[in-house]
Amino acid sequence: MNVENFKYDNVIVRNFAIATALWGIVGMLVGVIIAFQLPLPFLNQTEYLTYGRLRPLHTNAVIFAFVGNGVFLGVYYSLQRLCKARMFSDTLSKLHFWGWQLIIVSAAITLPLGLSTSKEYAELEWPIDILIAVVWVIFGLNMFGTILKRREKHMYVAIWFYIATFIAVTVLHVFNSLAIPVSATKSYSVYAGVQDALVQWWYGHNAVAFFLTTPYLGLMYYFLPKAANRPVFSYRLSIIHFWSLVFIYIWAGPHHLLYSAVPNWAQALGVAFSVTLIAPSWGGMLNGLLTLRGAWDTVREKVELKFMVVAVTCYGMATLEGPLMSLKNVNAMAHYSDWIIAHVHNAALGWNGFLTFGVLYWIIPKIYNTNLYSRKLANIHFWIGTLGMIFYVVAMYFSGITQALMWKELTPDGVLKYTNFMQTVTQIIPMYYLRAIGGVIYLLGAVLMVYNLYKTAKQGVLLREEEASAPAIEPEKSEKMSHRWLEGKAVLFFVLTVLAVIIGGLVELAPSILSEVYSPTKPLVRPYTALELEGRDIYIKEGCANCHSQSIRPFKNETMRYGEYSQAGDYVYDHPFLWGSKRTGPDLLREGGRRSNAWHYNHMKDPEVVTPNSIMPKYDWLFRKKINVDMVKDKMYALRKVGVPYSEEEINNYLTSLKNQGQTIVDDLKSSEMNPNELYAEWDDEIVALIAYLQILGKRIENVDSQKEVKND
Amino acid sequence: MEIIFLLICISVSVGLLFLMLFIWSVKNGQYEDCHTPAMRILIEDCKKEETDTKGEKLR
Repeated sequence: MNVENFKYDNVIVRNFAIATALWGIVGMLVGVIIAFQLPLPFLNQTEYLTYGRLRPLHTNAVIFAFVGNGVFLGVYYSLQRLCKARMFSDTLSKLHFWGWQLIIVSAAITLPLGLSTSKEYAELEWPIDILIAVVWVIFGLNMFGTILKRREKHMYVAIWFYIATFIAVTVLHVFNSLAIPVSATKSYSVYAGVQDALVQWWYGHNAVAFFLTTPYLGLMYYFLPKAANRPVFSYRLSIIHFWSLVFIYIWAGPHHLLYSAVPNWAQALGVAFSVTLIAPSWGGMLNGLLTLRGAWDTVREKVELKFMVVAVTCYGMATLEGPLMSLKNVNAMAHYSDWIIAHVHNAALGWNGFLTFGVLYWIIPKIYNTNLYSRKLANIHFWIGTLGMIFYVVAMYFSGITQALMWKELTPDGVLKYTNFMQTVTQIIPMYYLRAIGGVIYLLGAVLMVYNLYKTAKQGVLLREEEASAPAIEPEKSEKMSHRWLEGKAVLFFVLTVLAVIIGGLVELAPSILSEVYSPTKPLVRPYTALELEGRDIYIKEGCANCHSQSIRPFKNETMRYGEYSQAGDYVYDHPFLWGSKRTGPDLLREGGRRSNAWHYNHMKDPEVVTPNSIMPKYDWLFRKKINVDMVKDKMYALRKVGVPYSEEEINNYLTSLKNQGQTIVDDLKSSEMNPNELYAEWDDEIVALIAYLQILGKRIENVDSQKEVKND
Repeated sequence: MEIIFLLICISVSVGLLFLMLFIWSVKNGQYEDCHTPAMRILIEDCKKEETDTKGEKLR
């Protein structure tokens, strides 16, 4: 046997570990800030730091910066050891590391600036999207290069999950990010309305599935057995776990769009597969927990195991709750409420957070060749982390169920009991405080960890190049198809995984994208005018969709509160769709014409003046800033390319149209009863554009009808 | 509502397909050795202990 000597690259592991810990703190800190912004609206200071702009920063930071770097940390450590090989290329490793940090920094700069596509977890604008794709491919090349030159023929289960992660995230990111650029900082989704919603939640759900779950399952399959020093409970189960999970997960996306204008069959399919998901998810969860059978005493000794056990337990809870929430009757209540926030934080704080902490506590002493600086401190972290999580999650369950019940409660006479939406907001303010406190406690724990790991690194010496040796794989003789042949063939495995992953997406998305049934070409609504389009872009920029939905479900209480339920025709020209996913404020789909221009003017200036106790921020800058008139034409041309039927005349006359529509609103504001100087505006002020947009929401259908009648006459 | 019959047919055939794939994989020996892969990852690279003189100033 020809034994080869080689070295593991621990520097890249250390770098990703530092990035994970630091971005984790940043992401959680932003989370704590926005948690306090809800009950204390005065914390929304300056246009750059409002809730609407910081929430995407929080989600992006914890998902892509904290968990993302956590994934790479775990992959770079375990893949080298599982393949008995150094990473394929040190250059690629470095490019991957710095490229990813560059993406995070650009996100941290652009999101507060309001450069956002508004699609959840895909808010970053197109140049950053391209950078993400490039860096992701670099990661993939580095990973597959390592797999191909491995010295261990059989690929361990963790590697399968890494492969699936790479494939699925590539497909999801590319197809959801397809957009038509207007400038370097602005683009429109190529999909409109219902299609955009389907693609977005196919992405959104599978960002959870293939960015927050499958790579972490890979980490679980490696680090849990390593930390416990026991083999995984059942290798057989892990085979079934893998194939069924990657096949089923991709189908579940439409459960985010139940009772919406999305075709019914897609909703039903989403629910069916979501419920089916319980089986593989719990198979994996039990496989992890049962690894500790007969060795539970080690959990008492090893703090990293404590974190891992709670992580896997939270995974089990979240993957039972998720399928239940996808049932239509449960979803009717849970959707749009803080219940969703409780659910995702159960998974994010518990599963992703705690598993990352466990892995960090295990890896850092290993690569620094020392012991953990303080077990006691780590134990304190464990307990206050758990406490913070409970504070957070329980508060959000109470909040979610309270608001959902209040929204739908009718009096015996059949009218809404809480007609004023504000009543349902003030009721849950105490829960917002509790949640924020929970977040602070959890963050404190993470800070303790950073200190502890820093001290650990200080007392040890980094094994930059860890020496190892293994026999080279012998050239394959024509061995008969013996056991484990599939898992020894990386390329075939890759191809089969691609198949398993894309089938669901194809079946669900292809019909709605190819068929005209789901993208009505008949002009049920007219396209937005130049000014409304500008207003809509301000709505996107300020992140209004983070708190306001634009999708009314066919329930009595919703149609009574918000107007006629939404249909596909409502959204034909919506690039991107703005359905939102949470109702911290009321739905706005049919807001147009309900209130006066003056009301909106005052409301945006200081919401509390017109809505006592409102928790919405003040938007002072809308009254100072002017719309960028020069870009409107380009925007209209870009939208025409993706199917919005603007005529050449409309585009050429955009300036007149802007001025006229803006001036009408300005005149109306002046003529309102109050002191005219109080409602001062000019036609090109941002506030005027926003009012134009808000006033047309849900109104365009009538306009078309009236126009038609005029023409017929 | 008729779509339900189509859906049932499709679901049953997908289920059968997976059952066939499963039976094939069992017969093919995919599940024959489920012990060594799980054990192998636990074996540390033995060389590490001996050559590690750099990090000597441990506690």
